[in-house]
Amino acid sequence: MRIRTLVWREIFQRKNQLVTSFLAILIGITAIVSIKNITFYSEKAVARELDALGANILILPKSVTVQNYYSADMHEEVFPEEYVDRLVLSDLQGLDNLSPKLTIPVSIKGRDFALTGILPKNEFQSKAMWKGAGIFSQPAGCGVVVGSLTDNSPSKETLVRKRVIETLGEYEVLVGSDAASILEIKQGDTLQMFDKTFSVVSILPQTGTVDDSRIFTHLHTVQGVAGKGSVVNAIEIVGCCNAISQGLVQKINTLLPEAKVVTITQVVETQIKTNKMMSQLSLLFLIIIVLVGGISIANYMYANVFERRKEIGTLMAMGAGSSFILRIFLLKALLLGVCGGIGGYIAGTILAVTLGPKLAQIPVLPMPMLMVWAIALSTVIALAASYFPARHAAYLDPSATILEV
Amino acid sequence: MLSIEAVTKQYNHRSQSVTGLHEVTFDIPKGDFVSIVGPSGSGKSTLLLILGGMLFPSTGRVLFNGQSLYDLTPDQRSQIRKKEMGFVFQTFNLMPYLTALENVQIPLLLAGIEGDEQKRKAISLLERLGLSDRLNHVPSELSVGQQQRVALARVLANDPTVILADEPTGNLDPDTSEHVMNFFDEINQEGRTVVMVTHDPNAARRAKRTLKLIDGTIGL
Repeated sequence: MRIRTLVWREIFQRKNQLVTSFLAILIGITAIVSIKNITFYSEKAVARELDALGANILILPKSVTVQNYYSADMHEEVFPEEYVDRLVLSDLQGLDNLSPKLTIPVSIKGRDFALTGILPKNEFQSKAMWKGAGIFSQPAGCGVVVGSLTDNSPSKETLVRKRVIETLGEYEVLVGSDAASILEIKQGDTLQMFDKTFSVVSILPQTGTVDDSRIFTHLHTVQGVAGKGSVVNAIEIVGCCNAISQGLVQKINTLLPEAKVVTITQVVETQIKTNKMMSQLSLLFLIIIVLVGGISIANYMYANVFERRKEIGTLMAMGAGSSFILRIFLLKALLLGVCGGIGGYIAGTILAVTLGPKLAQIPVLPMPMLMVWAIALSTVIALAASYFPARHAAYLDPSATILEV
Repeated sequence: MLSIEAVTKQYNHRSQSVTGLHEVTFDIPKGDFVSIVGPSGSGKSTLLLILGGMLFPSTGRVLFNGQSLYDLTPDQRSQIRKKEMGFVFQTFNLMPYLTALENVQIPLLLAGIEGDEQKRKAISLLERLGLSDRLNHVPSELSVGQQQRVALARVLANDPTVILADEPTGNLDPDTSEHVMNFFDEINQEGRTVVMVTHDPNAARRAKRTLKLIDGTIGL
């Protein structure tokens, strides 16, 4: 026989009394696991949606007012391209993509269009001074769930979604869908602008925004025809949603005090509010489980010690020391905590996977990592709540327990 | 082996001091069989617990093999009980959720003996007490006499040199009491010291000597 036999048999002898405490910890862990599980996938879903929206931060000259987010770069104010250097060389976390732009009007076949100069990503990386430093040394991506929902297409059409492209020649253009149909051009055609011939490398898919009427080419080409030097009139940034909620906009403001930083406020605020609410709910449940679960277990353990005074006295008469008595009760608490943690994880996961799609309209998958977390939390609560009752048992007066029966 | 020197035990009951034992002094040599008799409330059980290192006397000393028990820490006294002493209780004090075999294994578990050896020794003791067919019965499935025999098997598990018995026949019928007293005779003849508290004159007569405890004082 081992000490665990003693503990296990006693649990089953008085299992009815244990049920309440077990349920308290089980329900608490179930609730917290399901909330954490749903929250995790909810945050991922919102991050994915934001990612699909494209750029969510715009840097503009201070004097510009924003009427329309998608046409915010259509103005005559400019600021130095050097702002891009500052951003790239900074250690700001959460800058997933950034795209400096200079937009000027252009007339083709008697129709007016916006010609937007963009800087391909390979030019950022080709600058030796930026290599191995700043944001490109940080992992890319915002932790968006990888899978069928992400777009892995390497084509230039990713400009629509990612707001940045890998490569673009100085005399290459990407044409918005509306502009292409007005000009009746297709991929592979050529386009005459500013007495120069540009080849159409891609027709961009319909976005429903002003981008559909734009023509995109290399930033330095546009800077050349504009004759204003190395300037841009907007920098579009895809900022990670979590980073935005943690103050990315304020950090960019500090870095570029001469510029105006705007964001898709409503979308980000909704996300911030959702995240905050979920984390507060999670914290609330954590406090409830610690209090209710802990008090319930402590109460049960004190009652158990009182009920087992005669047993404790008998064990002491047989030579059991205080550490042996302490171990009996703490081992019982450990079993209670581990079982409560495993049970709570299973129930919480079933609840999250079942209710997640109905409540949050998102697919929720089990998170094995939460099992470790649930068991650890449940065990710590059970052990902490049982420590003082166990200590009380270990230092009971054996004569009193024997004489009174 | 056991010496009790001028031991007094006083309790506080509702702010009043009550004397349980008063200046009690006697020796119990190795191999002795002593019965302590006296009316209810005379301090018999108190004396037994003091002898077993489980109740601090108010004054006086208790020596076990020359070592003052109450100069030791509680855990050191537990060690002495584990190795040298065995308690027999009037109500047997068996663990209700353990089988007869497991109850006898407890002192062996406390002594750090491994599972197979525990089992072998416990079975042998239960066979000696005539309970080989009741190994896997829990106390509620045993008669009163069988429960007391399990308790007696348990008391021998750690091979104690001193057995302290508190009213061991108090709850038993005459036939079972006789068996229990035969058991005490037997283990005393093996060289073990037996100290038995009882108010059963027949049981007391089986001891080598009897100490009378009246109002907390020993009379011969």
